Amino acid sequence: MRILEGEKVTKHFGGLAAVSSVDFHVNQGEILGLIGPNGAGKTTLFNLISGAISAKSGAIRFKDKEITGLKPHQICRMGVARTFQSVKVFSNMPVINNVLLGSLFGTSTRISQADATRKATEALELVGLSAVRATPAKDLTLVNQKRLEVARALATTPELLLLDELMAGLNQTEMAESMELVTGLRDKGLTIFMIEHVMKAIMSICDRIIVLHHGEKIAEGTPQEITSNKTVVEVYLGD
Amino acid sequence: MENREMDISTFVSKKFLVPGLITLILLILLATLPLYGSAYNVILITAILMYIILTVSWAFFSGPTGYISLAPAAFFGVGIYTTAILGKTLPLIAVVAAAGLTTFILALLVGLITLRLRGIYFAIFTFGLVVLIKELLLFWEVVITRTRGRFIVLVDNNTIYYVILGIFVLLLLTTYLIRRSKFGLAMQSIGENEEAAAHMGVNVTLVKIITFAISAIFMGAAGAIMATRWTYIDPYVAFNPLFSFLPVLMAIFGGIGQFYGPILGAAIFAYLEELLLTKFPYYYMLTFGIILVVVILYLPDGLVGLIQRLRQRRQKGGLARRSADT
Repeated sequence: MRILEGEKVTKHFGGLAAVSSVDFHVNQGEILGLIGPNGAGKTTLFNLISGAISAKSGAIRFKDKEITGLKPHQICRMGVARTFQSVKVFSNMPVINNVLLGSLFGTSTRISQADATRKATEALELVGLSAVRATPAKDLTLVNQKRLEVARALATTPELLLLDELMAGLNQTEMAESMELVTGLRDKGLTIFMIEHVMKAIMSICDRIIVLHHGEKIAEGTPQEITSNKTVVEVYLGD
Repeated sequence: MENREMDISTFVSKKFLVPGLITLILLILLATLPLYGSAYNVILITAILMYIILTVSWAFFSGPTGYISLAPAAFFGVGIYTTAILGKTLPLIAVVAAAGLTTFILALLVGLITLRLRGIYFAIFTFGLVVLIKELLLFWEVVITRTRGRFIVLVDNNTIYYVILGIFVLLLLTTYLIRRSKFGLAMQSIGENEEAAAHMGVNVTLVKIITFAISAIFMGAAGAIMATRWTYIDPYVAFNPLFSFLPVLMAIFGGIGQFYGPILGAAIFAYLEELLLTKFPYYYMLTFGIILVVVILYLPDGLVGLIQRLRQRRQKGGLARRSADT
């Protein structure tokens, strides 16, 4: 079943087509990778899905409901959560309050303070940040800030999680932990759509991969298909 | 900035017992002031409370969200004009309530248009509002009603004092309750990172507009009651831009991060102004300016920041002594 579907999604910045006429879909319960060189339009596509910016044309549907033109908070409450490429934690707020915001506001049903706190605590436990729950978010290391973003997204009880370069800037151990976290989330029933530059990570955990280049989709398939795709190799290694 | 953890248990903890008790004693002292204070004291405290109301309601919106509003003079002025227009026909409390309602609606409309603006653009637009309303009223009075200025029904000082004290208590309660609620958390997250807040399910536009409008209610109400102290008003008197800048200055002076910062800032600032004005009428502005410059340069977190730093130093000193003893 397709949980998310995009049809001829297009976005221009000035005269530049950041995303042009891209068709894509995410299947329920899979880990889908989104790769492409810098400036390929990956984050723009995420921004279009999450409602940060609106598409010039085309349609995006989440669980068969049109979400194009909706505001970010509406899309979040429907069950789409995301993290950001450049971390956007609430720096001066303690870690727990960062996550609490997600559990208090991220769903369309009302939630009691106690339930919200419980949910936030669980999310922190899941990403391994329980020990620093009272620390201001700005005092965390980069890897922990990225984990905090994941916890915050999870607290909104999403069905689809958009991860924007979760592994960038992490060392080998941290990367292995993050990969474990992502596959663990998938095993819990979440669908994951992730942008990644680290090929090792993406090839080993993704079920499928989409490749963007200059705003256009140039390939789509299993990791094996992508590595043997001639166009993809040309784009990444030069002509 | 506060690093408090939102937890139900903190409401009843001992941490709030002492400040709560102090607040209660202060409120009782304030409520009985006309019984033991001189007429001068009542008028002085009225003026200080007015500044506190403007500053706290300014900081209520601008503090956590980071949107610097220069609209206080507009809301204050609308309150003053509400009294000028309705003062002769309605009872005092109804006039004050009407002023609160009018400014609330005005702020909702302004918020709808302006809160998509950020940073300096928002500040400039809100200041433009002060000028716009003033000019509109001038035009109205000169061209249509062919009058200039209005006389206001006077009210005795003690009544003014009690009304302003009532507004002050309501404002404190509102601010305190909202800051501790999930709404307060949402406001803070908007100030920290608006885009992230929106992606966590916070309806950022709604939160901003509502808090902006709530803060305006108190400014309008304060304007309505303070108007009765002046016999005559015209748009220049009512829409004095100083009432936009003073709340900002007082809040920074006291420290915006903490709940009591703006209260402390406005109280000391207003008292200082009165003191300097009566004791050194010729050097008042000069002295005032120097104090401000020093505070901005050396106390980036305001008086509250200074107090916290002193307290930390004392705690550290105490710890060192204790460890030396053992």
